[in-house]
Amino acid sequence: MATVSLKSLKKSYGRDEVLHGIDIDIADREFIVVVGPSGCGKSTLLRMIAGLETVTSGDVLINDENVNQHEPMDRNIAMVFQNYALYPHMTVYNNMAYSLKIAGTPKAEIKERVERAAQLLQLTEYLQRRPRQLSGGQRQRVAMGRAIVRKPAVFLFDEPLSNLDAKLRVQMRLEIRKLQRELGVTAVYVTHDQVEAMTLGDRLVVLNDGYLEQFGSPIELYQRPATLFVARFIGSPAMNIFDGMADGTQVTLDGGVRIDTGIAASGRVKVGVRPEHFVADTNGAFKVNTSMLEQLGSNTLVHGTLAGASGAGAAEIVVSLPGIHTEAMVGEGLSVAPSELHLFDPDGKRIDG
Amino acid sequence: MGTVFGTGSGMVEKRGKALWLTHVCMIIAIAFICFPIYLAFVASSVQQSELVKPPMPLLPGSHLFENYKEALFTGINAPVWKMLMNSMIMGMGIAIGKIIISLLSAFAIVYFRFPFRGVFFWLIFLTLMLPVEVRIVPTYEVVANFGMLNSYSGLILPLVASATATFLFRQFYMTVPDELAEAARIDGARPMRFFFDILLPMSRTNIAALFVILFIYGWNQYLWPLLITTDPEMNTIVMGIKQMIPSGDDLRNWPVIMATALLAMLPPVLVVVVMQNLFIKGLVDTEK
Repeated sequence: MATVSLKSLKKSYGRDEVLHGIDIDIADREFIVVVGPSGCGKSTLLRMIAGLETVTSGDVLINDENVNQHEPMDRNIAMVFQNYALYPHMTVYNNMAYSLKIAGTPKAEIKERVERAAQLLQLTEYLQRRPRQLSGGQRQRVAMGRAIVRKPAVFLFDEPLSNLDAKLRVQMRLEIRKLQRELGVTAVYVTHDQVEAMTLGDRLVVLNDGYLEQFGSPIELYQRPATLFVARFIGSPAMNIFDGMADGTQVTLDGGVRIDTGIAASGRVKVGVRPEHFVADTNGAFKVNTSMLEQLGSNTLVHGTLAGASGAGAAEIVVSLPGIHTEAMVGEGLSVAPSELHLFDPDGKRIDG
Repeated sequence: MGTVFGTGSGMVEKRGKALWLTHVCMIIAIAFICFPIYLAFVASSVQQSELVKPPMPLLPGSHLFENYKEALFTGINAPVWKMLMNSMIMGMGIAIGKIIISLLSAFAIVYFRFPFRGVFFWLIFLTLMLPVEVRIVPTYEVVANFGMLNSYSGLILPLVASATATFLFRQFYMTVPDELAEAARIDGARPMRFFFDILLPMSRTNIAALFVILFIYGWNQYLWPLLITTDPEMNTIVMGIKQMIPSGDDLRNWPVIMATALLAMLPPVLVVVVMQNLFIKGLVDTEK
């Protein structure tokens, strides 16, 4: 029903620029997750799409129409807030009906639309209650119901699950995804939780310090992180990063370990290896001084330092091995397939072979 | 209450003598406060002749209804019902006017960005330091020039702006989450619609609490009505009582004066009793 485009969107507060030119094209019915650490400008970005923040420069287009100067109500969007922002003195029914009432929708139609949304969200029996009498998950649903009844072109979510407990969060995550598919609306979802981002999004926008780091599908981000920041941010436990010196397709890590990367480069580089891509191999180049094991059942996390020939550059390393490993792994070698190595230049940009 | 003390489940056990002692103390204190009111009641139920001859009667007499009837419909300078009505209009006018003005000015200060917003707020805040008495002469001058002496507007308007109430509502609005205003904006509510549909219902307990305080404030105004009402028909009840008290060798009808005093106490008491639930809620609760 709607496409959203951001064209070199910038936002400044006074002389402080918090968003430095963001370009994104969102297709119809796409679920976009904006993810990044706190203070990276992701909420500001969402609020600019909503019209709650003014645009400093650049354009926000909804369905190819420039909406920079439009009030939020004229943008055909609905927003779900982090703290739900339900009107405390109104019943659930009135909370959901409020926007329709303002729009002057006939009473019968309001009733029908609210009841349908309530049914969809399993809120029918709570319609006459006040928000205070509901649990966190129910309030969350009411907030979504309020967004649904307006039949907006774009759904905006501002960290909607961060006030829920872990179990409910997983459940609501699935529900939000299902709902978005059923209703066939475009959605922009802001979160700092990378698991939420990976599971919900068709495509992810990774923001850091007001810069767009990468825009792509979750798997793209995992397999081919465009920058060092994305590489560290996506995936858990985080990717290991080793400093080294490249020479042709070989890299000598600071600890003295030589590995074959298969990617031509020269000078200082950073080599990234995901913990789950290490393979036990007695002839492997990586040797670990184990300091701690974490048994998770399905796999074992090995924390330690990279043992080098010189022993000077004691780089931290985390390895995730499938199955159960009890004995310390000192001396036992690890290797990584060259295709699982990521190479970054000193500025943090990805180097491709 | 009694059972709580009796079973000794409180933090401090109170039994026997201690329990009696606290009760005796409380009863004495209450009697001390209530005795003058009781005397006024007795005085309003006897005849003038009984009252002036010592000893003063301590038991109610048989002329209660006559005295009250005389006070209400004849009075001394003006019938008391007229003064009660004047006070009621003044008290209500001040309370309602103050609430409306401070709700709106607090709304402007908290939710709108306009030049010198901070300056305006501090100007309002500064007037907290100026009680009616300080600005009474210039205010009188202004009211007199507008020809508002001996009128309800003259009684109400100079007292209708309230820094205290503005400040209170400002504090309340600032505790309302910003997201609520934003949600309303997305729902399509224009500022005044947001004010009436969301802010106003949310402030209702504060409004009730403030109404009680401001009504009593208005009802008890003494100096201002004394200055600007010269016509007995416009007297308010609180100053009216003062005008009734005889000066020099005048002989005045004390039972009627006492009846008037008791009548003057009734409306504030009623307001407090009727609104006490909301009043306490408004002071204690933050309903969010």
